[in-house]
Amino acid sequence: MLETSLSEQAEMLREMLRIRLVEEAIVDRYGENEMRCPVHLSIGQEGVAVGVSAALRREDKVFSTHRAHAHYLAKGGSLKKMLAEIYGKAEGCVGGRGGSMHLMDPDEGFVAGIPIVSSGIPLAVGSALADKRTRKDNVTVTFFGDASVEEGVFHESMNFAALHKLPVLFVCEQNLYSVYTPLRERQPDRPLSDLARGHAMNILSGNGNDVEEVYALSTEAVEKARNGDGPSFLLFDTYRWREHCGPNYDNHLGYRSEQEFQEWRALCPVENYRNKLLASKCLQPGQEETWAAEIDAEISEAFEFARSAPLPDIESASLFTYA
Amino acid sequence: MPDNRNLSYAEAISEGLKEAMAHDDSVFIMGQGISDPSSYWGTTAGIIDQFGVDRVMEMPVAENGMVGIAVGAAMSGQRPVICLHRVEFSLLAIEQIVNNAAKAHYVSNGVHRSPLVIRMVVGRGWGQGPEHAQSLESVFSHFPGLKVIMPTFPDDAKGMLIAAIQDDNPVIMIENRWLHYVNGNVDEGLYLKPLDGPRVIAEGTDVTLVATSYMTLEAMRAADYLREIGCSVEVVDLRVIRPLNLEPVFESVRKTGHLVTIDSGWVTYGVGSEIVASVAENCFSSLKAPPLRLGPPDHPTPSSRGLIADYYPNDVKIIKAVERLLQLDGEKVRGLLDAAIERNKQLPIDVADPFFKGPF
Repeated sequence: MLETSLSEQAEMLREMLRIRLVEEAIVDRYGENEMRCPVHLSIGQEGVAVGVSAALRREDKVFSTHRAHAHYLAKGGSLKKMLAEIYGKAEGCVGGRGGSMHLMDPDEGFVAGIPIVSSGIPLAVGSALADKRTRKDNVTVTFFGDASVEEGVFHESMNFAALHKLPVLFVCEQNLYSVYTPLRERQPDRPLSDLARGHAMNILSGNGNDVEEVYALSTEAVEKARNGDGPSFLLFDTYRWREHCGPNYDNHLGYRSEQEFQEWRALCPVENYRNKLLASKCLQPGQEETWAAEIDAEISEAFEFARSAPLPDIESASLFTYA
Repeated sequence: MPDNRNLSYAEAISEGLKEAMAHDDSVFIMGQGISDPSSYWGTTAGIIDQFGVDRVMEMPVAENGMVGIAVGAAMSGQRPVICLHRVEFSLLAIEQIVNNAAKAHYVSNGVHRSPLVIRMVVGRGWGQGPEHAQSLESVFSHFPGLKVIMPTFPDDAKGMLIAAIQDDNPVIMIENRWLHYVNGNVDEGLYLKPLDGPRVIAEGTDVTLVATSYMTLEAMRAADYLREIGCSVEVVDLRVIRPLNLEPVFESVRKTGHLVTIDSGWVTYGVGSEIVASVAENCFSSLKAPPLRLGPPDHPTPSSRGLIADYYPNDVKIIKAVERLLQLDGEKVRGLLDAAIERNKQLPIDVADPFFKGPF
């Protein structure tokens, strides 16, 4: 397995912590009804976003889904613009046109959040095709959940990407639920990676809550892609802690058990990584608290920016219908 | 114009593709069976030989994936041209067309662009039946962000296609396959026919006929007949279905006071319905009689030539509509109708009408 340097370890932990604290700050303020759009929080799934992004260059491109906050932030997307977008403000990353489900920061390589299941996957393949045609050595990543593999376009995209050996990573976050419907009620009992095997993909599977493992596997896949050795399918087990959409816990609804949640809660990607780094003395005691204070200040400033930004001008609602 | 510039619509498209590709390396073609000897009715003839397989991509049978890949490539600066043998195949890709192609620019606050062209062919004739002959322009025209064009004549087919390829928006180009055999003068080289709206192709003062695609040719022939009895018909070729610029239609209706629309697709929720509604809103007081909408009847397209005899609007139906609208002298019109009916009887109903070969 890839050796991870001290600074990389610290950066990954700090970034996971940052994402966690941002999402929790959204939870704290969502009840104010000023963030008037659906939010699909990434709490519990930070390991995949951060581990994959750590393996990428700034010019590499990422497509995500409705649950995009972690992917966007991990790729370097502006926190201020993300929050302003969720607040529906003119300063939002897409000027209030999309909300939380349509995040974008192309300067940082975060091309788009596409909120229809699997709909962003062929866009990522097309982005990789464009890079291949123009001989750029960028890699494109498409993040999606376990329900995406049920869509036809997932298979259509893999088939084409594998056929043309395109530099694209298909990253599946297997969090076991599509809204309230468990995986076992939607798919037969077989590894999801078998689907990628059918498309002659490179296949890598790992623990999505172990950021170092995600980083190592992603780095391997990125190298393959950049060397012209084709696309990879990366399957990461992880778990969404809160409701599908919104700020609350929803274990009381009964579609999943409190016990199952607690088991995954114990596998928290942030907490376990912190403990690991502390135990191996890669992290100094007190460092995390320092980071948390810095991050809290950043978050407060970003919320203040989002809250105080103006709403978009109504005259601009029809702009950009056509280029 | 030298004779050798008299090209078929299919040849004009092929020439347009080659010119656009030679002009801009980012243009490439994607299609299923793109390397087939039939070369999309000749519209892609010779292109692989000239540009190679890197720029003429054979695609798996996966339309939604293909369009999504095209959108992703377009957002990265490429200009893909997708060729579909039938309009119906696009229905498998409606999700990518509507959600991503049509909205990439808007939802990115003007940052992303998706400059792609999707050519789709209406497979009229030879018993194609319910799922290979639909003209679905009104479906695509519902969505802000898409452009929808239906060239009728060869010079437009080439020039509008090049304009579509150079446009920064997703453009749906719907071709009636019977138009592929139509001939006309086509300029050499790279030229653009702007996607700016309708053209008045015959001037008249008594009635305005607005038609799309192949129906424009039927309207022209009806106008020729009606002219024989002194009825002055203005024919408008709509060309661009979205964005819809109806100013020339309003202008015409203000002059004639009478409107007949002739749709390639169904009347209900169709292009003609939109035109009539807009005319009512904009020049109601100019109308001397309620407008009429022609188009295929409200049932799927049957295969058998026995069932299809009365399906499509044609010169006869248009003449009858104008007779009703203008309350023309029935005696005079009967002569025209007899001639038209007699002529049509001599022709098979399920292959392209040789009358429409042109040159136009």
